[in-house]
Amino acid sequence: MNSESNGKQTANAIEVRALRRSFDHQHVLNGVDIDIPAGTITTIVGPSGCGKTVFLKHLNLLLRPDSGSIVIDGVEVTRLGARGLNSVREKFGMLFQAGALFDSMSVYDNVSFPLVEKTRLSAREIDERVRRTLAAVGLEGMGHKFPSEMSGGMQKRAALARALVTQPKILMLDEPTTGLDPTRTGSIHQLVRKTQQDFGLTAVVVSHDVPEVFSISDRVAFMHRGRMQLVGTVDEVMSSDDEDFKRFLAGRASGDDLESQVVS
Amino acid sequence: MQVVEFIERVGAYILDSILALGNFALFLIRSLMYAVLPPYKLRLTLRQIRIIGAESLMLIVLISTFTGMVLGLQGYHTLHLFGAEDSLGTLVGLALVRELGPVLAALMIAARAGSAMAAELGSMQASEQIDALTVMAINPVQYLVSPRMIAGVVSFPILTVIFNVIGIWAGYAVGCGLLGASGGAYFNNLAANMSRHDVALTLYKALVFGVVVMSVCCYKGYHAKRMATGVSRATTEAVVLSSVLVLAWDYFMGSILL
Ligand SMILES: Nc1ncnc2c1ncn2[C@@H]1O[C@H](COP(=O)(O)OP(=O)(O)O)[C@@H](O)[C@H]1O
Ligand SMILES: [Mg+2]
Repeated sequence: MNSESNGKQTANAIEVRALRRSFDHQHVLNGVDIDIPAGTITTIVGPSGCGKTVFLKHLNLLLRPDSGSIVIDGVEVTRLGARGLNSVREKFGMLFQAGALFDSMSVYDNVSFPLVEKTRLSAREIDERVRRTLAAVGLEGMGHKFPSEMSGGMQKRAALARALVTQPKILMLDEPTTGLDPTRTGSIHQLVRKTQQDFGLTAVVVSHDVPEVFSISDRVAFMHRGRMQLVGTVDEVMSSDDEDFKRFLAGRASGDDLESQVVS
Repeated sequence: MQVVEFIERVGAYILDSILALGNFALFLIRSLMYAVLPPYKLRLTLRQIRIIGAESLMLIVLISTFTGMVLGLQGYHTLHLFGAEDSLGTLVGLALVRELGPVLAALMIAARAGSAMAAELGSMQASEQIDALTVMAINPVQYLVSPRMIAGVVSFPILTVIFNVIGIWAGYAVGCGLLGASGGAYFNNLAANMSRHDVALTLYKALVFGVVVMSVCCYKGYHAKRMATGVSRATTEAVVLSSVLVLAWDYFMGSILL
């Protein structure tokens, strides 16, 4: 693994090789290769249904690959047992595409939950951190609300707060701004950038806000037909003459979104 | 051709069933194991006991009252034919304690609290809340299922005893109050013929039914399919399957233990 031979600055937080996964007869991940350098924001774009969510869920082993390897901080994780898995998962914070807030708990309890369950912080420290995080996502004073009482955009921001509050080493955000208005989108992007810089964390962001999201991205990966078809810095990817990527940029809403699903 | 296809299909069905049974057994063992391993989820467990109790108590009171009244009525008229009205207490009491109390209580708790439980876990599965626990490195079986199993093991015997006591009094009210059997004989005969063995049996059945109903309802909810009909289907299957298992198990235990 080259993460061990390289110096600290260029170490990869995540290295994925030849990752494959199919559901029934549908090859969703078809040999994914990607390196995600530590301390960067990598944004994954691609037509809907191309496997972005499935890919994210493999990184913290919520889904198991059929074959291939995933190395997190120099540790091969695909064959870990329960205990090893937990220590890997504790490095991650994850925002699910649909939020996945606990609907039996208030927003405040949702955000404090991972701190209460997984840390030994005092009640005061927890309270302080929850309030600070809620304020950062623009939900100050909303802690008492239940998820069902909030709009989709507010739920998303509450879920983002829950992912951020543990100050994870690796942050995975599945469409953090889908369903938000442009102003909110901008402020969430800035929040992600600021959090990333403050804590030096590694972020993997799936987003449809092309090209806005590129302004906060260090690297971009274009996912297509179950592979990372293009990976590089924002400039490299934007100046590439890959036909599929150009078509994706030109008409994300057009019909070829649907045809991208590779069915055998 | 058709024969081969038929055999293939039967084979696939049997394999699927064995696999499902294995998965269920594993789920049951894990949920019981995590129930006794730390960290203990005391608050969650107490909350589940409250929920099961609160959701089922009124129903248990209602059903046990009518069951006892029917037993008192039919028992009196039948025993009257033989001039044996004095044995009414024994009839009502033993029927309740040995069979009807634990079985009907279990069926009622399955219908009320078990279905709610399957629906709740099913919607948590469908909306990825269970996955959210997993990625926080929190064991969802330990966090969600084990407290419900303990709550079942605690609540079922209590509710069953309540069912038995109310049923016996309701039988007394109808048989002795309305129809004229002797009240003293009702309780004297009951006390003379009901042994410690019967009390142990009722508690033992309640305990086993608690595990059966809670594990089936949790399993069905936990494994609900992520589609529009997934939760409703899980709920229905949970109630039907746990009811069938309670009745089948009751016969099985009865034939061994009586
Ligand atoms: N648990 C699953 N079972 C079967 N198919 C799945 C499952 N999860 C995802 N898929 C399929 O994988 C494909 C990619 O899904 P997804 O990763 O959610 O796409 P997106 O890029 O929009 O996030 C879709 O065609 C979806 O139907
Ligand atoms: Mg997705």
